[in-house]
Formats: sequence, structure tokens, C-alpha cells
Amino acid sequence: MLQTDQYHINIGPIHPSTHGGLHVEAVMDGEMIVDAIVHMGYVHRAVEKIAESRTYMQFIPYASRLDYLASHLPTLGYVQTVEKMLDIEVPERAEYIRIIMAEFSRIASHILFVGSLAIDLGATTGFTYCMRDREKIMDLFEMTSGQRMIASYMRFGGFAEDLPEEFIPAAHSFIRNIPQMTDEYYGLLAGNEILQARLKNIGVLSAEDAINYGITGPNLRASGVDYDLRKAEPYGIYDRFEFKVPLGETGDNFDRFMVRIREIEQSGKIIEQALDQLPEGEIRARVPRVLKPGKGLEVYHRIESSKGELGYYMVSDGGEKPYRLHVRAPSFINLMVLPLISRGGNLQDIIANIAALDPVLGEADR
Amino acid sequence: MSEYDSEVMLQELQEQMGEKLVIYHDRFFTFLHTKPGDLLALSRILREKYGFNHLADLTAVDYVEYHGNFEIVYHLYSIPANRKIVIKTRIPWDKPEIDSVFSVWPTADWQEREVYDLMGITFRNHPNLIRILMPDDYVGHPLRKDFKMEGR
Repeated sequence: MLQTDQYHINIGPIHPSTHGGLHVEAVMDGEMIVDAIVHMGYVHRAVEKIAESRTYMQFIPYASRLDYLASHLPTLGYVQTVEKMLDIEVPERAEYIRIIMAEFSRIASHILFVGSLAIDLGATTGFTYCMRDREKIMDLFEMTSGQRMIASYMRFGGFAEDLPEEFIPAAHSFIRNIPQMTDEYYGLLAGNEILQARLKNIGVLSAEDAINYGITGPNLRASGVDYDLRKAEPYGIYDRFEFKVPLGETGDNFDRFMVRIREIEQSGKIIEQALDQLPEGEIRARVPRVLKPGKGLEVYHRIESSKGELGYYMVSDGGEKPYRLHVRAPSFINLMVLPLISRGGNLQDIIANIAALDPVLGEADR
Repeated sequence: MSEYDSEVMLQELQEQMGEKLVIYHDRFFTFLHTKPGDLLALSRILREKYGFNHLADLTAVDYVEYHGNFEIVYHLYSIPANRKIVIKTRIPWDKPEIDSVFSVWPTADWQEREVYDLMGITFRNHPNLIRILMPDDYVGHPLRKDFKMEGR
């Protein structure tokens, strides 16, 4: 093969398709990518260090800001970690509301994934459709907590407040609308020839590589590995719901795209069941104002976030503040395969690869 | 895999690694406390013989205020068997060096770079040990306990 002088092209950090501040240095040989060097840390806010100087309660808003596109999921992971450490029982009603909020967050994040992938590949119309649908979930979040994106609604032992009256009918109407919504995505985007040409057989990740590189979440399942923490290690009350785990076959960008749309449908089913079974009662357990887990206690708790396995490793030294908090951020680890899946492709494929891996940089850089 | 199998596994590990391996449990996990020199051998056995193919989390804790060591923690899972185990090892604070497990689990690549960046622990035989979150010319390791937060 003809080889020319290698040159470097910088993509980002300030570029809309890098999803928040990611710098990829593409090493090119003509049109072909020889290597991709990922530079990160542009959104590093040192949340792990901040955690060591805040009380357990004070850290909740920081946890919400890790993954700001699905803010209930990182919050859920954090409050469950602390609850696990202190053996706090959560009331039934709160457990159900947690499932509802978590799955709505997952849907919001996946809708934004579909939309941002579309606009990264030049399909502006797809983006506007997705933003329109996501807006309805933002309205639901606003009803509960007054906040649209970063709702620090969860507390240790439950929630700050109960659901407002108008929430349940609005949630039902959103769920009823999901089949129509995904039909639109299938027709408008998945069936589109240009989109298929940009995604199919691009960025192929084998199941073996995915496991070796610690890839989790929809990216792992797109490679055909059936591993969903909601099934494998049910946290909260996920074992009470029936849903399928959508899998891909080839592990290319198109599979990553389709797996997420199918997950929207499954999340809808979970919310439907949760709304039907939602019991009356308390929404918050009695929790002491000052939390002091025992000295030397440690917990690693992981949940299935919209991006993958979100884990919190927490160590207590008996004080009011965590001695150490480590966040296992799925976006951070999923980005590790970007050079691997980009090699041998063309420059424009990097944009599709970043979009299909669905990183959120607030979580990757922490 | 049943509970019985993991008992057998722990027994076999104890026989193979000898006295240096300390096994203990808490409410959620089984811990394998090993000497830093045995880490790589133990990792290979866990991956190849017992199928722990998912290194979920690799991190370090600075215990300088307590026993004057860094503790490095590896949370391992087996995806096909749905099992979990934790490896822990301690290295001295004034000589923070340990073998990289990149050759066993490639996912250790960035996770070890992160620990190197924020804790200042050197991983021997890591293919590309450079800072990942902080700027390249940054001095210091922010997650160490002796790092003072300015303006507070």
C-alpha cells in the first residue's frame, strides 16, 4: 500500500461533535486513520477530591452533575451506595418512584443519543424530532423537583417530596406515545440510506475486545454480550419487572444505534409496570441528619446507567465525610476503545464513532 | 456458579499462593489481600483459570494517616459466571510502585493512568504511563491526602 507522510488532525476540544470537550488527535495517512490519540480532562472538576471535603448529604448535587444528560442515574447510584453502607431501608413507594425516574432518565439520555448522532452526521431534522420528544421528559422532571436537567430530587432513604398529582397522567401519556416515537426514529433515521452508509460496518468492536477493554452498557450489548446489571445484579427492585435486554450482532455503530432505540421501548415497559404497581405510603425513610458510617467500612456499588456500569467505591473512616470516593465512570472507560475502532477508517468515521460510543464528558473527566 | 464452587476456588487459591494470601469477607465481597509481588501471578490465575474477565474498577486509596501505605483495589467480575471478588494490595507511601495488570486486563490502561495521574503511583511495564486528566505539565498528585486545596 502506498504510504505518505503522516500528519495530525486535531478534532476538538471545542467542537459540537465532541459532546462537551474532548480532544482527539487523529494520525492520518492520506485519508486513512492510522491512530487516534485521545486527550481528555477539559471538564475535570475534581469531584473525587471535592467529595472528601463535603458531608455525604452535600455531595448529592455533585453526583447529579456527573452525567448531566441523565441526572437521576448517577444520583441513584450515589444514594444507594450510602444507603448500602448505613443499611438504610427505602420505603416501597420511593423504590418505585426511583425506578420511574431512573428509566425516564435513561430514555432522555438515549433520545439525546439518537438526536446528537443524527446531527453529527448532518441530519438536522432528526435532531429536532428528538429534542421535541426529550422535552416532554424534561417537563416531567420539572414537575417533580422544579429542575429540568439536573434535578437533585433523591435523598438518602427516598425522595425530597412526593410526586405531584399531575405527574402520573403525564407519565402515562408519554409512555403511550413511545411506540409512535420510536417508529418515527426507525423510519426517519434507521431506514435512511445515508445514515446506514455512515454507520454500518463502521467502528466494529468484537465481543472479546469489548470485554477486555471493560466496555459496559449498550456498547457492550451491541457487540452481542448479554450483560445488563439490572438483570445480572438487580439493585433496588429491578427484579420485579419484566423486560428484555436488546442485543446487537456485529458490534458496529449501527448496532449501537439500534440497541439504544430498542432500550427506549424496554424502559417504557418498565415504567408502565412501575406506574401500575405504584403503592401508596411514605416516600422517605427516617435518616439521621448527620451520617457517620462506621470506621473502615467500604462499599463498591454499581448500577446500570444509560452509558454503562456506573460504580461508586466509597471508604469511610468514621467521620462525617467520605475518606475516599471513587467514581467508576462508564463514559471514561468506553472511550478507551475509540482508537481501536477508528484505526483503518476514514476521518469522518471518528465523528460517527464518538457519537455512537455516547460519552458524556462531565462523567468521563469527573 | 454455586456457592460451593467459590469455596473450592478460595481453597485452591490459598493452597497455590500460600501464607502470603489473606482471604476475608465482609457483607458484600470476598477480599484477596496479596503482597504486591504476587499481584500479577494472582491476576493471571483469576483471569485464566477462574474466568474473571471483567476488571470493573481499579483505584487506589491513600491511607497515609492510618498505616502509611497506598492500598490498590481491583474489583473483578466474571461475566459468564456472574461472580465477584476484590483484590487488595498495599505499597509503601514513599516508594509507590507496582506491576501493571495491563497484560491481563487491557482495560487497566486508562484506569492505571488515572491512578498515576491523581495518586502518583507508578505502574511498571505500563505501555503509556502519562497523565490523563490533569495537564501534562502539572506538578503534584491531587488525590493524595497531603495535597492542600487552595482557597479553602
